[in-house]
Amino acid sequence: MRKRSAWLWTAALLAYAFLYLPLVIVVVYSFNDSRLNAEWVGFTLDWYRKLFANEEMLLAAGNSLLIGLVASGVSTVLGTMAGIAMYRYRLRALPILVLTPIAIPEILMGVALLIFFVMLNFTLGLVSVALAHIAFCIGFVAIVVRARMAGMDESLVEAARDCGATPLQAFVHVTLPLIMPGVIAGALMAFTLSIDDFVITFFTAGAGTVTLPLQIYSMIKIAVTPEVNAVSTLLMLLTLMLIVIASKVSPSLLRSD
Amino acid sequence: MALLEIQDVTRRFGDFTAVDKVSLSIRAGEFFTLLGPSGCGKTTLLRMIAGFDVPDGGAILLDGEDLAQRPPEGRPVRTVFQSYALFPHMTVQGNIAFPLKMARTPAADIPAKVEEALADVRLTGFGKRFPHELSGGQRQRVAIARALVTHPTVLLLDEPLAALDAKLREEMQIELINLQKEVGITFIYVTHDQTEALALSHRIAVMNKGRVEQIDEPDRLYGLPRTRFVAEFIGTCNLLTGPVTGSADGVVTVDVPDLGPVRVSAQGAQATRPEGAVAVRPEKVRLHAPGSAPARDNHFTGAVTGFLYQGDVTVYMVRSERGHTLEALLANSGSGLAKFFEVGDAVELSWPADAGHFIDG
Amino acid sequence: MHKRAPAWLGKWLVSGPPLLYLVVFFAVPSLIMVLASFRTPGEFGGLAPLVDESGAVDLTLDSYTRLLSEPLYAEIFVKSFWYALVTTVVCLVLAYPLATLIAKSERRHRDLLLLLVILPFWSNFLIRVYAWMIILGPNAALARAVNGVLALFGHEPVPLLFSAFAVLVCLVYVHLPFMVLPLYANLEKHDQSLLDAAQDLGASAWQRFWRITFPLSLPGVYAGSALVFIPAFGIFAIPDILGGPDDSLIGNVIKQQFLETRDWPFGSVLSLVLTVLALALAGLAAWIGQRGVGRLASGDA
Repeated sequence: MRKRSAWLWTAALLAYAFLYLPLVIVVVYSFNDSRLNAEWVGFTLDWYRKLFANEEMLLAAGNSLLIGLVASGVSTVLGTMAGIAMYRYRLRALPILVLTPIAIPEILMGVALLIFFVMLNFTLGLVSVALAHIAFCIGFVAIVVRARMAGMDESLVEAARDCGATPLQAFVHVTLPLIMPGVIAGALMAFTLSIDDFVITFFTAGAGTVTLPLQIYSMIKIAVTPEVNAVSTLLMLLTLMLIVIASKVSPSLLRSD
Repeated sequence: MALLEIQDVTRRFGDFTAVDKVSLSIRAGEFFTLLGPSGCGKTTLLRMIAGFDVPDGGAILLDGEDLAQRPPEGRPVRTVFQSYALFPHMTVQGNIAFPLKMARTPAADIPAKVEEALADVRLTGFGKRFPHELSGGQRQRVAIARALVTHPTVLLLDEPLAALDAKLREEMQIELINLQKEVGITFIYVTHDQTEALALSHRIAVMNKGRVEQIDEPDRLYGLPRTRFVAEFIGTCNLLTGPVTGSADGVVTVDVPDLGPVRVSAQGAQATRPEGAVAVRPEKVRLHAPGSAPARDNHFTGAVTGFLYQGDVTVYMVRSERGHTLEALLANSGSGLAKFFEVGDAVELSWPADAGHFIDG
Repeated sequence: MHKRAPAWLGKWLVSGPPLLYLVVFFAVPSLIMVLASFRTPGEFGGLAPLVDESGAVDLTLDSYTRLLSEPLYAEIFVKSFWYALVTTVVCLVLAYPLATLIAKSERRHRDLLLLLVILPFWSNFLIRVYAWMIILGPNAALARAVNGVLALFGHEPVPLLFSAFAVLVCLVYVHLPFMVLPLYANLEKHDQSLLDAAQDLGASAWQRFWRITFPLSLPGVYAGSALVFIPAFGIFAIPDILGGPDDSLIGNVIKQQFLETRDWPFGSVLSLVLTVLALALAGLAAWIGQRGVGRLASGDA
């Protein structure tokens, strides 16, 4: 038994190393005083300084933030409605429409929306990207909210009605506060997904619009420079912060059982 | 004039008829119980009175007004849920104030009303706690306080004591009786527990398979069951069935296979069908040593096949000569005496005609 | 004052807005893509107007016949299938011990161990691809070590980056959490007493795994495989960044048809075939999974 668990631990440790080593290398080299991401030369913050002087990068970050806020806001409202509806009612079309965008390869949604926007003569840009992000974020929010609904005692809503609340009042005073952790977790998830999305953005952004992932893409297509490491490190920090907040709001989100 | 009229109410779920043409009338100030096994339709009926479910047929009238178009929030009816359904994100105060806020009670009046409701259920000082900080019995009382704070016309209670342990359940039963007397509101109580129903209610409707079998006061339900189902569901009962062979001078004779002819006072009941049943409660059956039984209307011999010692009483299983098993109950009133008979003892059974109860059909 | 609202009103108020949004921004675009696959490219690429000058709606099967007549595209689908399959198998081999360890660890450690698996998934996708550009780069320690060893045997140096190897390593890296999570969810529910009973009956460690643990974990294996295989099948960014010229997968060809060649009808045909294959695989995995669970539950597995 002991021998077996030692074997397991070794295998698992290697797997964890495989998961984390690449990210650690990105972070470490962001402080490396060398243009080449090859060996450690010395500590510097130059790459971060360069990053904050890079106006294109700042513009891209601003765009990403704007799209992320709008997309997560709208998709949280729509996704919460979808999650509640999927839990409460017997529906055929909604679950399919909510879950398929998550189930199929991202590129398919990207090209379908590209044709759609172009056919409607809709100018590709921030708006088309935000509309696309909302469409795929709804599903993620809906899944989290539906799970939260399943954990809620349905008789609480009846109790609220029994106490004289209209359906809307019952929702505002009872259902919403109780599913709020799921809604917030869903919102943070949608924000992260939107900020990070590359594939769908790539097809729906058009030529003139740049988001952070698009900017990173064009930088690494040209050359590997530690400036990318610096922006990557900052993005990871942001994601980590969001996850910490989400886990504080909704501990069950990260719980194994 | 009845406060709540239920007229021919029917509710179907697909092919299953949960409530089948039920009619009841419940008086103001009454403690009324819907009693029956699980799946008998009692909870569905309660949910239709509360407004959570809508009848497929029939009508529910409160004070003469048809409730069909009224949503739950528009009915002067409150429910105490089986799970209590206290809002976990609100304090006890918040829970009790909730119906007041929904009824647009002026904010200044709310604290006093909440305090009053807390005092009614003996929970003064618990207002700032959250439901998860309370015991089961305390949660139960908060649920009742929340339901009563707006003085509804009818209070519905759905198996409210099911989650409590036996000792606490008995205490709560007495509290419920006193509370109902104090507030004078009509209680409609749902339970599958017949002892609870007998102890609490003014009147009981026994339900089976979506239909009402009998509506009566507890003592009449126990003493004069009108159907076999009621006789067997309420308490334990020797149900002796067979063809009706005679009916004269107010005494009906039923010829029970494996036992013999059983005589029973008709007490107003008519034998209209060829088959009938005699219900005899175990405590009405007398047990005697052989040869010592007094002459009675019903007299049989048999042997003890087993007994259950229950402390205050002992239940004996007696097999008659021809093979029918009856239950007889003897109080262990003599000091130091645990039982009168052993397994295998020959005994005589007897009971007068008026100790049994005749069920037609 | 209070009137009972009809039951359908609440249902449509809640489900209507998300339904409408997804119809407009997912269902309609998908249907347009189906329509586009029967059209011809426009004069300057993209898509010709749906209704031409004479007012006729002109539909053609050209793009479909092209797919069937040019074996290149079937070959690319097959190649993408292989890349996805290898990714799935490697993920399964790596994820199994990890999921087993988490499922067997003490309850208070589980959350953290599981979080550590999920965390990298939440960092930016491109960053995770970029990390492998550094690790596999020609000047990095790994490439120098590998080529140093190769040189001892008189072998020519090989590039690690821009190769099938780079694409596969990164595919595994990116999709590993998708395999661990469903496997863990399954393994965690296993009843230890089954294994104790098997040991009692004289089963060796290997027999216990192969005869009991593994068959019981099949629903988790199928779910994880679907979650890895489907996105890997349609991937475009990883071969685009880490692959060489021979590593173009179906995702890259679709991107090329839409953004470079600008033959949208043909791109649509390729996308539709990919969609159908992806959904069929997802459906198959769900079906096998359910059937497997049903058989296990009824005891004749």
